[in-house]
Amino acid sequence: MKPRTVDKIATSLIVFFALFIVAILVGLLGYILFRGLSHISWDFLTSAPQKIRAGGGVGPQLFNSLFLLVLTLIITVPLGLGAGIFMAEYARPGKLTGFIRLIVEVLSSFPSIVVGLFGLLLIVNYFDLGFSMISGALALTVFNLPLMVRITEQAFRSVPKQQKEAGFALGLSKWKIVTTVLFPVALPTIITGTILSAGRVFGEAAALMFTAGMSSPRLDFTNWNPLSPSSPLNPFRPAETLAVHIWKVNSEGLAPDAVEIAAGASAVLVITVLLFNLGARFFGRFIYRKLTASKRMN
Amino acid sequence: MKSKKSRLEKHHIEDLVGRSYMAFCVLLLIVIIISMVYFVASKGLSTFITGGVSVGEFFFGTKWAPEADTPSFGAFPFISGSFLVTLLAALIASPLSICAALFMTEIVPGWGKKLLQPVIELLAGIPSVVYGFIGLSVIVPFLRDTFPGQGIGVAAGALVLSVMILPTITSVAADALAALPQNLKESSFALGATRWQTISRVILPTTMPSIMTGVVLGMARAFGEALAVQMVIGNAPFVPKSLFESASTLTSVITLSMGNTTMGSSYNNALWSMALVLMLMTFAFVGLVRLLERRNKI
Repeated sequence: MKPRTVDKIATSLIVFFALFIVAILVGLLGYILFRGLSHISWDFLTSAPQKIRAGGGVGPQLFNSLFLLVLTLIITVPLGLGAGIFMAEYARPGKLTGFIRLIVEVLSSFPSIVVGLFGLLLIVNYFDLGFSMISGALALTVFNLPLMVRITEQAFRSVPKQQKEAGFALGLSKWKIVTTVLFPVALPTIITGTILSAGRVFGEAAALMFTAGMSSPRLDFTNWNPLSPSSPLNPFRPAETLAVHIWKVNSEGLAPDAVEIAAGASAVLVITVLLFNLGARFFGRFIYRKLTASKRMN
Repeated sequence: MKSKKSRLEKHHIEDLVGRSYMAFCVLLLIVIIISMVYFVASKGLSTFITGGVSVGEFFFGTKWAPEADTPSFGAFPFISGSFLVTLLAALIASPLSICAALFMTEIVPGWGKKLLQPVIELLAGIPSVVYGFIGLSVIVPFLRDTFPGQGIGVAAGALVLSVMILPTITSVAADALAALPQNLKESSFALGATRWQTISRVILPTTMPSIMTGVVLGMARAFGEALAVQMVIGNAPFVPKSLFESASTLTSVITLSMGNTTMGSSYNNALWSMALVLMLMTFAFVGLVRLLERRNKI
């Protein structure tokens, strides 16, 4: 065969497979939204699930997912910032830095189920926090922290060197430069990365099954005392999240409309992740314009 | 007199506080990884130390009957199941991902990247339970109608996993292709080579180690994925004789049984041994990635 013919065949094959991947995504999203959207209503999003009857909603699960996400970010972001700034600005190349980098890499590649089991052993049993929101948040911290460190480090590294040098030339201390010169420039990238990682946390289930638990007590949404067991804000109650609920409904659901509930909850989950993705793009740009003098992001 | 006072100026204190906070964050990372390894290992090794199960029986025994009168803890069906779905998923996903990466960087560098980049990001963002749900409601019925068997099994698991690891392999491969020096390509074109000849004889051979890094990262993700696989693989504790037969993986058996066994029983300890295997495999995958990166540098 002529090389030219081979080239044409190979090119069309590559194009075909690339478009096939696009088709997979379109098919996936289309299927989830087609199956799920018809089941989503205000009632579905706010009412409590039913064990054996049809018509249950995902209200508490949705609330748990969001609350758990907030708790996790409150713990993870400051810790990730600290370690990430250290890796970007203070760590000198050497054995110790290499070792920390290896730790971050290993931690971020641990399967989430192993993180969940570690949480079960240490947080749930050893620290005796039980199946609770706070156990889940701590497990998710282990899961999310390495990512946060990497996001921060990359954001600080991408700041132009001149900015730092200008700060030194003005006689500022290193910490002052980090907090007042570098941090505002790095912040949009950090926020974008954090929102993207939030999407990942929102859909995580394997790390939560054995830490936040697979049940949700009856919640009283008028009770905002964080210490009362029926209050939604109590961090020491079991908290089944949306993702865990999808898994549970699929594998042991007894309700006659289990498939519809799983489809509706999947659609809610996917739409939220899509919103996180879009939000990450726009919010990053917005903050950058607010904090710096520039008109547009390069 | 003045110099003594300047020792404790405000910015010195700030610097000290900042540094100690960062040291705390980094120390926390180290504590997390050490305690993870320690706790999972001490639990996982008790099967062999106090449980009296020999290492050979655990790794190569095919009989899994933890609750029988004379229990046997052969984990070979799970270990082989994990490796089987992982390898199959990598075999399906790698060619597709390489095509997508070529499409983005070589065939239509302009809009190819604009089209596929968001597609890859969204595929990466879809939660694993949603993949499991789609696998259960689309892939399993399809396999049941087209092939002999129940639809659930190794093939369904491998298909679901292959879509899940597509984004990992594609983004690493695309980065590797984009980092290739232009002059290599240009000299190949100058010699009169067609695009496919350039791709197959110059571009792919030079970037292969980096692309393999992506494949290994994808395999690491597939090996540790729990819920999506558990939902479609069928969970029979046997070594499957065909791809369309129900099987199990390490993650699926842990997911299913960890909640139903009492802490400290030999059944439970055997599950922890499997978690330890998952952890050791993570180390192996990270080591492999490091090895490939080092090879790539030379």
